[in-house]
Amino acid sequence: MWLLQLAWKNMWRNRYRTLITMAAIFFAVILSVIASSLKEGIFNNLVKNVVSFYTGYAQVHKRGYWNEQILDNSFETAPATEQKILRQKNVAGITPRLESFALVSSGDVTKGSLVAGIDVEKETAITGLKDKLVQGIYLKSTDTAILLAQGLAERLKLKVADTAVLIGQGYHGATAAGKYVVKGIVKFGSPELNDKALFMPLAAAQDFYSAYGMVTSYVLSFNNTAAAEASVIAMRSSMDSSYEVMSWGDMIPDIKQHITADSNNMKYVQGILYMLICFGIFGTLLMMMVERKFEIGMLVAIGMKKIKLMVLLTVESILTVFAGCIIGLLVSIPVIYYLNRHPLRIGGETAKAYERFGFEAIFPTSTDAAIFINQGLVVIAMGLLISLYPVYKVIRLNPVAAMKK
Amino acid sequence: MNTVIDAHNISKVYNPTTIPVYAVNNVHLHLQKGEFTALVGPSGSGKTTLLNMIGGLDRPDEGNIFINGIDITKLSANELISFRLQNIGFVFQSFNLIPVLTAKENVEFIMQLQKASKQQREERVKTLFAQIGLQDKLNERPSRLSGGQQQRVAVARALASRPQFVLADEPTANLDTKSAFNLLDIMARLNREENITFLFSTHDQRVIDRARRVITLVDGRIVQDTAEVSTQHEEAAAVKT
Ligand SMILES: Nc1ncnc2c1ncn2[C@@H]1O[C@H](COP(=O)(O)OP(=O)(O)OP(=O)(O)O)[C@@H](O)[C@H]1O
Ligand SMILES: [Mg+2]
Repeated sequence: MWLLQLAWKNMWRNRYRTLITMAAIFFAVILSVIASSLKEGIFNNLVKNVVSFYTGYAQVHKRGYWNEQILDNSFETAPATEQKILRQKNVAGITPRLESFALVSSGDVTKGSLVAGIDVEKETAITGLKDKLVQGIYLKSTDTAILLAQGLAERLKLKVADTAVLIGQGYHGATAAGKYVVKGIVKFGSPELNDKALFMPLAAAQDFYSAYGMVTSYVLSFNNTAAAEASVIAMRSSMDSSYEVMSWGDMIPDIKQHITADSNNMKYVQGILYMLICFGIFGTLLMMMVERKFEIGMLVAIGMKKIKLMVLLTVESILTVFAGCIIGLLVSIPVIYYLNRHPLRIGGETAKAYERFGFEAIFPTSTDAAIFINQGLVVIAMGLLISLYPVYKVIRLNPVAAMKK
Repeated sequence: MNTVIDAHNISKVYNPTTIPVYAVNNVHLHLQKGEFTALVGPSGSGKTTLLNMIGGLDRPDEGNIFINGIDITKLSANELISFRLQNIGFVFQSFNLIPVLTAKENVEFIMQLQKASKQQREERVKTLFAQIGLQDKLNERPSRLSGGQQQRVAVARALASRPQFVLADEPTANLDTKSAFNLLDIMARLNREENITFLFSTHDQRVIDRARRVITLVDGRIVQDTAEVSTQHEEAAAVKT
């Protein structure tokens, strides 16, 4: 206890030096927490935007479907399978889809389109399809009507209440043909989807493709989207081998790569930040040891065990680092929460580019507790590492030499 | 008689491979409990080197040093630290005190290292500050004390651990005459009244005059020791009668 008190008093023997050291740590922690949290936030937002277009955070297919996306690779829906998936940890919801291609014509215009037979209620719960509606009304499960993506509707010159003719190839080579009323127009950020997508209730699609009781995929949503990858890995081992479970990263690898590359860049920036801080702290520690050389020699001379002295000096530097770190974290928490509620908003060309893809050009911070904990731990580890220097000096200390003028 | 320090032909050589300097050269030294001894000699004569070896801060290249019968030249570095804590009081020329602690805390510090109880420490601090006459400065930091007062606190600190003897290397070197005398008076009184053994080095003739025994070093050798002189006198006297 008295050792702790002495450490505390020593800490304040040169008030400015200690305050400057603490301030350096304080700013390092704040900067790095904000940077990490913005990075996480931006990536989470990006992923959320991208996956909510269409793919969802994860999908379950019949094994081999992703490589060869044809109706013959569909599987039979079974409530038992759905229940089994829903019982998996972290899984929040599930929606079935029957996806294939068809030619859509209206008048003398014909376009290829991506047809998705959907469970209308569950689909909107997971991908928010209803919110993308710009004209008309949303589907009911008993409808034999369709929703058209805006770009596709424009190309076909179709409006709400018009009729479209669909022709395609059904399950096991059956012919698929039908006439459908356009019930609504949906708008997608992704140009690819906006020019191709067509939705109809699952029953109507199964009927159209003669694929009764069949689906090509289950789209999943998670309670904790950050743990999506881990949940997918867990599911793979518990699911029957006739299914394949894919995460958004497996289905959209380019986004995943982009995030990994950016994360790595961020790590370098943070590494440099930490290195600067390390040198700063080390410098003040060096000064301190020179200043106290005689005193430390005197303490060993009168009989203070070196181990006690090491504890004393380590506690001093750890207290300084801790204080700076804790204050930094405490200050950064409200800042991060504020930036989460009131995200940074960008303007100009970049914003337009974002909006073209259907993203809002906002950058919310992530309030994931792991960020604060990780940054705090890194700084404390740094402090511990640096405080090895005085320990090393004490090990080598010779009181006679230290007390020489 | 009670031998506290018993040094047998100890030597210390610096730069043995190039130009050897015999800082201490084949010195024999015996100190009894209750002695008040000055170590004198010109600058560079080896006073500090000798005191450091006796205090277990430095090792002789040759010879043995027995403190209360224990050969400290055989102790490991860590054992020496504990040995110093329990057996030897140190007063250095200056900067004896921890600047962030008060006078009282500085004296308590060494007892805390010895794991003395709060009550033991309080009692000892009270006695010691009365002995050095600084009861009113208990809670002052060293920077608010004069050089002489700081040295008096250092003496109290050296005694706090109840050592076998106190070593002081030029304790008055940085003090004005009045403070130097004052410090010496306190040391002499502690020696007389409490039978504390002091061994101190000095350049100062006025300090030398107060010593009961004076050992003179030149070039690392003892050239004169008043104890031996007085012993010879006593022997001569004994022969006469
Ligand atoms: N670390 C060292 N390396 C080399 N020579 C040393 C070292 N320490 C002391 N000496 C030499 O040993 C001799 C004795 O030095 P010491 O400091 O013991 O003398 P001193 O009597 O205490 O002198 P002073 O009165 O000036 O304090 C001197 O010649 C000195 O130069
Ligand atoms: Mg000297």
